[in-house]
Amino acid sequence: MADKATVIVHSGDMDKIYSALIIANGALAMGMEVSLFFTFWGLQRLKKGGLDKGPLSRMNMLGLGKWMVGRKMRKAGVASLEKLLQDFKELGGKILACDMTMEIMGIKKEDLRNDLISDYCAVGTYVIEARESSVTLFI
Amino acid sequence: MSEIKVDCTGETCPIPLVETRKALRKAEEGDIVEVIGTHPSSKKEIPMAVRALGLELLSIDEKDGVWKIRIQR
Repeated sequence: MADKATVIVHSGDMDKIYSALIIANGALAMGMEVSLFFTFWGLQRLKKGGLDKGPLSRMNMLGLGKWMVGRKMRKAGVASLEKLLQDFKELGGKILACDMTMEIMGIKKEDLRNDLISDYCAVGTYVIEARESSVTLFI
Repeated sequence: MSEIKVDCTGETCPIPLVETRKALRKAEEGDIVEVIGTHPSSKKEIPMAVRALGLELLSIDEKDGVWKIRIQR
């Protein structure tokens, strides 16, 4: 089994994007290979300007909860999603975008941050990578 | 051989781990990476990463809540 982690980023919720990127960066730091598969609501976060747009998965309260949690996170010195994403790329992480999501949600390549995306793919690529991974998660 | 210093004071999960890995990637064989920080779990987890990467842990010290970890690439 390869020392590799594959993560499906299905949720676009802010806290879950944090979970995915923190786990992914942790795995890279431990010397693993990591692929993140962005699909459905998760893929919305790869739209230009979309990274921070996700609501909180619970107690969002029309954005009030997100604002309060965001303030606490800044106070605790938690890194921004943008920094986590840049670190992920710098450490050699791979980002894949689901092309079926693009089709059904009417997202074009030029709407996405192509500089971050290694490839556009479908379930087959995920399965091939997941079957040789020791860690695979659905977030 | 050179020494690379990484200051993660005040940073929280996963930054100390990530910055350590970034420095280790940039380091050349034989270089020493010295990381200082205050995040408690990172003091345990950076040595775990060093083992996972098959590198040598030179020392771990802590004084007044600030830890210092030295790693040989």
